[in-house]
Amino acid sequence: MSSNALTIIFSEIALIVYVLGALMYAVYTKKDELTSKLIWLTSAVMVALGGLIVFFGSGESTAFNGAFIDDEFARYGKVIILWSSAIILILSRDYLTKNLLLKFEYPILVAISVVGMMMMVSAGDLLSLYMGIELQALSLYVIAAFNRDSVRSTEAGLKYFVLGALSSGLLLYGVSLIYGFSGTTKFSDIALALGQGPTPLGLLVGLVFLISGLAFKISAAPFHMWTPDVYEGAPTPVTAFFATAPKVAAMILFTRIVFDAFGEIITDWQQIVSFLAVASMFLGSIAAIGQKDIKRLMAYSSIAHMGFALVGLASGSLAGIQSLLIYIAIYVVMNIGTFAFILSMEREGKSINNIIALNMYSKIEPLRALALMILMFSLAGIPPMLGFFGKFYVLKAAVDAGMAWLAIMGVIASVIGAFYYLRIIYLMYFGEETEKLDGSMSTFGWMTLMVSAIVMIVGVVNLFGIERIALSAASTLLN
Amino acid sequence: MEIAALAFYFFAVIAIISAVFVTLSRHPVHSVLWLILAFISSAGLFVLLGAEFLAMLLIIIYVGAVAVLFLFVVMMLNVDFAALKADMAKFLPIGLLMGIIILIELGLVFGDWNFASNSLELRAAITPPIEDIHNTQALGLLIYDDFIYLFQAAGLILLVAMIGAIVLTMRHRTNIKRQNVMEQMSRDPSSALELKEVESGKGI
Amino acid sequence: MYEFFTNTYFGIFLFILGQCLAVTVCVLISLAFLMYADRKIWAAVQMRKGPNVVGAFGLLQSFADFLKYIVKEVVIPAGADKPVFLLAPLLAFILPVISWAVIPFNDGWVISNLNVAILYVFAIGSLEVYGVIMGGWASNSKYPFLGSLRSAAQMISYEVSIGFIIVGIILSTGSMNFGDIVRAQDGNFGLFNWYWLPHFPMVFLFFISALAETNRPPFDLPEAEAELVAGYQVEYSSTPFLLFMIGELMAVWLMCALMTLLFFGGWLSPIPGISDGILWFLVKMFMVFFMFAMVKAIVPRYRYDQLMRIGWKIFLPLSLAWVVIVGLFAQYGLFAGAYARWTVGG
Repeated sequence: MSSNALTIIFSEIALIVYVLGALMYAVYTKKDELTSKLIWLTSAVMVALGGLIVFFGSGESTAFNGAFIDDEFARYGKVIILWSSAIILILSRDYLTKNLLLKFEYPILVAISVVGMMMMVSAGDLLSLYMGIELQALSLYVIAAFNRDSVRSTEAGLKYFVLGALSSGLLLYGVSLIYGFSGTTKFSDIALALGQGPTPLGLLVGLVFLISGLAFKISAAPFHMWTPDVYEGAPTPVTAFFATAPKVAAMILFTRIVFDAFGEIITDWQQIVSFLAVASMFLGSIAAIGQKDIKRLMAYSSIAHMGFALVGLASGSLAGIQSLLIYIAIYVVMNIGTFAFILSMEREGKSINNIIALNMYSKIEPLRALALMILMFSLAGIPPMLGFFGKFYVLKAAVDAGMAWLAIMGVIASVIGAFYYLRIIYLMYFGEETEKLDGSMSTFGWMTLMVSAIVMIVGVVNLFGIERIALSAASTLLN
Repeated sequence: MEIAALAFYFFAVIAIISAVFVTLSRHPVHSVLWLILAFISSAGLFVLLGAEFLAMLLIIIYVGAVAVLFLFVVMMLNVDFAALKADMAKFLPIGLLMGIIILIELGLVFGDWNFASNSLELRAAITPPIEDIHNTQALGLLIYDDFIYLFQAAGLILLVAMIGAIVLTMRHRTNIKRQNVMEQMSRDPSSALELKEVESGKGI
Repeated sequence: MYEFFTNTYFGIFLFILGQCLAVTVCVLISLAFLMYADRKIWAAVQMRKGPNVVGAFGLLQSFADFLKYIVKEVVIPAGADKPVFLLAPLLAFILPVISWAVIPFNDGWVISNLNVAILYVFAIGSLEVYGVIMGGWASNSKYPFLGSLRSAAQMISYEVSIGFIIVGIILSTGSMNFGDIVRAQDGNFGLFNWYWLPHFPMVFLFFISALAETNRPPFDLPEAEAELVAGYQVEYSSTPFLLFMIGELMAVWLMCALMTLLFFGGWLSPIPGISDGILWFLVKMFMVFFMFAMVKAIVPRYRYDQLMRIGWKIFLPLSLAWVVIVGLFAQYGLFAGAYARWTVGG
């Protein structure tokens, strides 16, 4: 280990040192009274580290014998992860306070989980991949069950844990088969080993298991079964967190491993990924129709969105990766906005998750209803909004890669999926008058909602230049 | 026959037999005890491989700590194992089917198994030269030098597990009396005792 | 003849078997007199006479007890889990015995010169808890079970700090072989070269942890007769009970040997110029045992929560911190290299 390695993983080390310091300080002093400050501080640290990566990150370097890769692709993911987690952390403050969940471990676990995600996006070795995934997942299991007096929350945590352990098992099984073939766990060496001759069956089986494990993490069908229950049971801010940063990390990791390690056998994994994509898009779209609980609905929505992102991956081209990167960025912004709204859904201080409660919401809070409408249009992928462009890029990449059938499937699923987004809008504007929601919104939550809604419209102009960033990030992966 | 081969078969057979009994024993406590035997035989196999450090760690950690916890849990939990067994019979056909499918898959995989041409070199390249240094040292070099990143990450994972256990289970009861040892020890007669002259017939 | 014992498998086997028998018999006989010494010391502290009837000064008392134990009837409770019930005392007896295989009584006088000898002893020590748990559980009775749970928690707790203290010694020596550890304590200053000086605070921690680990007073909570009758031993009688007793005492004796090897220079002579030898080793072991006996006579029994508090809240952090400190001292060669004696090991 050289000092060079330490500079390469500086952001991870900085965050973890901060976390350990905060943990020690909180344990030995005022404990839970500090939580509020700790949340702000943790968010500030994350935002600062994200800024650091944006301004000072450059070039492509590896550390620890290739176990850690720092390139533009990883940095793209890290910035999204850090910033989105920071926003969600602040958003959760009000909810946690109201529900007496304000424990100092919350920001700490979230931050550790973020470190795990950063390890995931930078993984250059099957071992560091696994370590990153576990670090991230273990923290998530805990915060899923954070409301330990609620049966639903405990159930969510337990279910997530058991199924997560199963998926880790699948992943490790795949990893061991891959190692058995190639004799190495490093992505680049696996790619070299694959370039030498025909691909054996054992390796393909290993690849399938590996992809299954990763598909679980991004909750792609048919490995999605945990998603609705966990989203519903977990405290809402935790759900918001689940829906954003971990998905980004797993998606980026997925992309990196299939291109870095298995770039030689694109056709082999393309079939698997296209299957996952189609299954997720349709399942997410169709199963969401019957949902009454908005958190469950968002769970299916995220399954469907992951399906679309996988379409980009399935294209197996530069444009495909670029579209995937754009898609997840847009997806994260849409979800943050939507969850900022969901966090404010309450009546007389109690959280309400039933979508029926949104009846005629436009009369109570016209501005918020408008913002939510924009977000819903965007989630559905209806043209003038940013969400449309995400889908457009992904489907275009599929068509260009000669997978027109996949694009057509995507369009069909998108049309089906539009139904339940539009239903929410219908309820808000044309529903029947029922009991009203009276939840107030913190300034920060209100701003988040409004900003993300505005982004959905203004972003249409030039996508904030993300197209170019995503392109250069994607091209580092393909070289 | 070589003594080493004899020892290998001895440990291997015991390991397998005890593994079988782990699943067959009627009482779960017996299962755990068989499991312990299986661990110890595996440790013997490690010794035969020349990895005595790993063998000792296997015993210290798995037998000395993990299995004790298993044993605790199994002894304390009042689970109706007969009912569980009855349920098991229901799922047995499916389980067997899955087992057979996985077996066939594994057979296919290993029937057609081949290594990448340089895989053996790659595999050997990681380990320090075993002829030169002791296996404990080699392990130390790997863990603390080459894989320090992963080692630290593993440490973080354990930290999260610890935080999680505390967050999810610790309840600080407020209505009970606690002993503060430092306070007790720092008491001295001048602050704790008061001498009073009591006049006879009056009381305090 | 010589070649038969060094070159043929059967010869080597017989040779090793002979060594094992010799060591086991010597240890067992020494135990008989230790038991006697234990009782005598205890009696002296309480101003009693102690055993004084059987043999001259009661020296043969232990043998009389032994005979009595084995001729009594073995009673097995009706609800007991018979195989486990009988396995438990066997384990409790055999495990301490096999640890002696790696203890060097003099330079090179060791049955198996294992590279990881210290880990071996530690590993076997970590198994000893099974004798207690299995015995308590298999008796199918409440007091034994409670006692066994207590003792399991207690033994595991103190094993942790013993482990860390051992790590400090290993760090200083650079080897896990007992021979190397003792040779690393050799030097020009006799007893001031031994590890008790550089590892001074750990001598006490180790001693106290050893008390807890072997369920000796003041930490004999598993058999706290006031609360649990006799803990996990309640249902045992005759030979099985004897095995428990011998196992316990042998574990104590082993701890004495360990302390001697780790901190007091094994067979090395305390004064430069006098030759080293097995005699020193035995004398040191007995002195440690004397301390064990004195503690038993003097210190009142701990309450269970206090025991756990000391183990987890005081010993564990202290010993953990000590590992870090020793690591730093050794790395930077402070105190004239007292913490970094890596020339011996390898």
